[in-house]
Formats: sequence, C-alpha cells, structure tokens
Amino acid sequence: MFPYEKYLRLDKFPHIWCTGCGCGIIMKAMLRAIEHSKIPKDSIALVSGIGCSSRTPGYVDFNTLHTTHGRAIAFATGLKLAKPELKIIVVSGDGDATAIGGNHFIHAARRNIDMTVIIYNNYIYGMTGGQASPTTPLGKKASTAPYGSIEPTFDISGLAIAAGATFVARSTCYHAVQIDKFIQKGLLKKGFSLIEVLSPCPIYYARPNREGTSVDMLRWYKENSIPIEVARKMSDTEKERKIITGILHNIERAEFCEEYRKLVKRVSKN
Amino acid sequence: MIVARTGNEAMAEAMRQINPDVVAAYPITPATEVVQLFSKFVHDGLVDTEFVPVESEHSACSACCGAAAAGARVMTSTASQGLALMHEILFIASGLRLPIVICLVNRSLSSPINIHCDHSDTLASRDAGWLQIYTENVQEAYDTTIQLVKIAEQALLPGIVSTDAFIISHGMERVELLDDKEVPKFLGERKVEYSLLDVDNPITIGCLDLQDYFYEHKRSEIDAMDHVLPIIEKVQKEFGDKFGRYYPIVDEYKMDDAEVAIMAMGSTGGTAKVAVERMREKGKKVGLIRCRVYRPFPEKAMLKALTKVKVLGIMDRSDTLSTLGGHLYNDARSILYESSTRPLMKNYIYGLGGRDISIEEIETIYEELFNIKKSGKVDKNIVYFGVRGE
Ligand SMILES: Cc1ncc(C[n+]2csc(CCOP(=O)(O)OP(=O)(O)O)c2C)c(N)n1
Ligand code: SF4
Repeated sequence: MFPYEKYLRLDKFPHIWCTGCGCGIIMKAMLRAIEHSKIPKDSIALVSGIGCSSRTPGYVDFNTLHTTHGRAIAFATGLKLAKPELKIIVVSGDGDATAIGGNHFIHAARRNIDMTVIIYNNYIYGMTGGQASPTTPLGKKASTAPYGSIEPTFDISGLAIAAGATFVARSTCYHAVQIDKFIQKGLLKKGFSLIEVLSPCPIYYARPNREGTSVDMLRWYKENSIPIEVARKMSDTEKERKIITGILHNIERAEFCEEYRKLVKRVSKN
Repeated sequence: MIVARTGNEAMAEAMRQINPDVVAAYPITPATEVVQLFSKFVHDGLVDTEFVPVESEHSACSACCGAAAAGARVMTSTASQGLALMHEILFIASGLRLPIVICLVNRSLSSPINIHCDHSDTLASRDAGWLQIYTENVQEAYDTTIQLVKIAEQALLPGIVSTDAFIISHGMERVELLDDKEVPKFLGERKVEYSLLDVDNPITIGCLDLQDYFYEHKRSEIDAMDHVLPIIEKVQKEFGDKFGRYYPIVDEYKMDDAEVAIMAMGSTGGTAKVAVERMREKGKKVGLIRCRVYRPFPEKAMLKALTKVKVLGIMDRSDTLSTLGGHLYNDARSILYESSTRPLMKNYIYGLGGRDISIEEIETIYEELFNIKKSGKVDKNIVYFGVRGE
C-alpha cells in the first residue's frame, strides 16, 4: 500500500467531504505525485482559498496556508517571491479560481510564476450549496440556475493557456493514475503549471442534473474523455461536450521569480 | 399569519413581500439561504425582481449600486468575508446616497477561519456611512428588514439589518408575518429625484470631486446621518401603529429601578432578558440596555439609559483590536464624557467566533457588577469573558 499516512494529519480526520466526492481522489493523486517526484515534504507549501476543494491543506502534513475565497494564488505569489526555494502548490475550486479569484489566476499565468495550481473542477460551488460557477455547462441546473445555466462557460485550461501558463494538463477523477503523473510533471516544471481535474460533486451537481451517483459520473468521465492526441484529428462537432484530456500545453518561457532576481542583480549597486 | 421560520427564511419572506427591483448577490455561509430562498421566489414568479448572481461580493455590491443609481429598489444579503469584500463599494453606496439594504448575518471575520457568530464583520464597516440595526430575534429581523427599506429610502442612506449567525439565521422561531398586500402599501414606490434612467434629464453620478466641492458633499452625507434618527423613529412608530409591533431606538429592559445593568447587542439581548428575570426573582434589581440602532449611534437616548444605573457591564461581541476593548464600550465611554453622572463601567468581550454565552454566565456578570457597586471600584476595565487562559 502507498504510504499515505506519512503525509496525512490523521488527527484531522474524518474529513468533511461527502461520500463519493472527488476531492479525496485528487488529494491522494497529489500525495503520490509528491512522493514520486521525491520533493522533500518540508520544502512544499500548499496554499488554498475557500471551498470544499480548498479544505485539502487541512488534512495534509506540509507547510500549509488556508487563505480567503479566491485569493490563494495571490497569497502564493507573495510566498513564492519571499521563499523562492519552496515548491508551491495551490489547490482551488472552479469558483475559487475562475469566479471570485479569476483575476489572480490569469495574472499569475501571464507572469509565469513558478507554482503548480491544481483546480478541482466540479462545475459548481460545492461548499455553499450548489450555485452555478463559471464552469457550469450551458443548460445544466444549479441552485441559482433552476432552468439550466444560460451563461457561457470558462474553459479553465484554455484560459490558462491563453493567459500564458507554460504547462497545462487536464484529467478527470476517473483517470486517477493520470492525475498524479500530470501533477508530477507540473511540479518538476519551472513556471506556472495548471492541472485541471474534473471532479464529481454527487450532492450539488449530479443530483439536480440527474446524473446519478459518483460512480455514474466517473463512468461518464470515462466514456466522454478523449486524449488530446486523438482530439487533434477530430472535428469541432465531434469534440462537442467531450472532455479533452492529456498534456494540452507545454512550452518554455521566462519564469517570473528568475526574471525578478535578474532585475534585482542588474539594478543593485554591488 | 403566524408561522415557524428561521431568521434567514424570515428575511427572505420579507424580501419577497418587499419585491425589490433588483437583487444582486454572491453566496456565503450562513447568509446564502436568504438569497437562495429568494431566488426560488424569483423562479416561481412570486416577485418581479431582476436577480443577478454575480462572481463576488465586490461585484454584487457594485451591481446593487448601479441598479440603485438607476432608481431601483435594491437589496442583497451577505456575511463576514462577503461584507469585507464589499468594503470599497460600501462607501460608494453611502457617498452616492443609494438606499440599498443588506440582510446581513453576523459571522466572524477571518483569520482564523470561522463561520459562527460575532459582530466583527459589521463593526469593521461601522464607519462606512451605512445605517446599522442589530436584531434580537427572528421577528425583529423580519420587521426591521421591512422598516429599513423605508428608512433608507427616506434618508437616502444605505442600511444593514444585522442578525446573529446560526442563533438567529438558522434558529427557528414563531414569527408573525404581515399580509402580502400590506408590505408594498407600507413601503410605497421608491421615489427618485434624479436617476440614470431619466434620459430626458441626463445626469452624472460619481464624478471626480476635488478640493473645490468634495468637502461640502461629504458634509451633506454626514448631515444625512445626523438627521436620520427622527426618520427611524417615525417609521418604527408608523409600523407599530399599523401592525402592532413597536420597536425602540434603544431597547431598555427593566431599567427604571435597576441598580446595575448590562448593555449588549444582537441575540444576547434575548438571553440577557431571561437572566434579568432570574436575577429579579432572587430580588436583585438588574436591567438591560440593548443597542438596536447602532449607526447612527443614538447619543441622547443612549445617554439617558446609561445614566440610569451606578454600574454598567458592557458586553461586546467584538474587539476593536486597539487595546481599548469593544466597540460598544468605546461608544459608551465617548458619549459619557460630557455627562456629570458617569456609571462605573466594565467591558466584557465575549462570544468571539460563536462561543456560546449562557444565561448563567450573564448572571455571574450581574453578580460581579453588584460587587463593583459595593466596592465602588473596577479593578480591571476590560476582560475577555469565557476565553481559555485568562
Ligand atoms: C469573500 C467570500 N465570499 C463568499 C464566500 C463563500 N464561499 C465559500 S466557498 C464558495 C464557493 C466554492 O466553490 P468552488 O470554489 O467551486 O469550490 P468547491 O466548494 O466546489 O470545491 C463560496 C461562495 C467566502 N468564503 N468568501
Ligand atoms: S458538496 Fe460536493 S464538492 Fe463539496 S464535499 Fe460534498 S460532494 Fe464534495
């Protein structure tokens, strides 16, 4: 068995997540990625905002910082600049990262600051009871969209790519093994890495949309995911409503902390 | 109609009956329910409201300002971090004299993260130029929501109805609801002299206002606050005359023959009233001053109440983080400066982060106040009641 215990704050269990929630799957994948990337536990700082997903730092034994709704990346930016030697991981929800905290998300990607952001995308505000988020698919129900959402969605990975992130990957809670590989790659990449993971919220997303249990949602992920390599050969209509998984984007670009250090060196007298 | 409702449900009902033109909101525990229930009324066609679910409280308050500037009757609801995130816009609303009403659930401000009751959120916004009325129970929360819309529109000042997290917001009580038809009749239409939607008379709102006129405009806002108490009194009286429930500016309970008294705000007022009864059964003459209208601070009425006793325990569910104790304590000390009859005062900070306060604990505070009366001395002015390690 994988030694999860050494990373967990067992005194904080049981956790608050509902039965069938995807948060635990992603948290475990993150722990496997950390173990396999051989990054020492104490050189990791895990930062989160507010939401079900953002409860992750409470349960794991790293340097952890639980902040305010939407601002995790802003806090993490300060942390990274003060302690560039730390490996920064930010965990966030779709609402946290792209609604209330959307500006921090795009600006961190634009700067290409070295951090790994894991977004648990459950298409909904889980913690506050199922209001529509910027990723609630068109037509899907939420407590604030009883007739189905009429707002076009954000493609979180696409947003990160457009804003300037250098590593972007998407997976789902069905592909648990793949998640940890992507997180590992993100951790080892210098620059802004985003790993978007589709995550079931059986309570507030699946229930009003009659999408069954968590297992049904995982099955849906399985049946509707298309690896990026395959998707590239498909037409737009064929790709509609499909989940494109894989490493979507991986480029090299100047990293912010390094540029900052260079600047300091250049302008300081000696 | 007599029903059982939680504070959130009752405020949502009040909003349904008020039927505001626009509600813009963002969810936050423990206030989410107010707007959630209201959105169901929108969904069911029970109100004519434009409901705008935005992406943060900053946007919610901004959308409210835009709508109010267009002449709409506007409401929202939030708590804690949500109000803190609105902070910048709170001043825009009051400065532009936009009578928005917030149904607020009092929850501690982070950090540490907590979802339970104290008054740190609204008190951190006390200087934002908003009216603030703190309620004791579900009935008062419901009634005050309706009253405040009228008060705000007459004074052209925005206002907050405060309710204690979970104790009021989620506690179910017996409530008398008004008839659906009575509420719009009581409120009337919102009349606006100037609005953005009056295309024949275009106006500019919120423009740059430098050394030449900023001060005069600010002074007129201060003036509105100076003159709002009579409006509050008038609306409270009108409400009472019509519906039979009268509310005071300062809620005095058994103060006339009281020897010592406690001053408090919010649901603790209810708990303290029971403590007063118990003390009186034991033959001890104690009273309670509950601060209902907190902004504007009702100096005259409060001074009258405070100077009725020799010893006063001021209970603050907040701390100013300034070494000077709680907010009520500071306000009380400030207005007593000119008074020739100053009671001995002790500040009890209590209940931060939702720590419970019991009837028995309040009785121990009354006992202590009697000891102070006997000795004529307060050895420690500010105490942190019910905290470990004190
Ligand atoms: C300033 C502020 N506004 C609102 C909230 C209430 N709130 C907490 S979590 C949350 C949404 C969570 O949704 P998401 O980020 O998608 O995370 P999930 O719970 O689905 O994992 C909201 C609105 C808050 N904590 N702070
Ligand atoms: S509400 Fe949804 S996201 Fe939150 S713990 Fe439950 S299942 Fe998970």
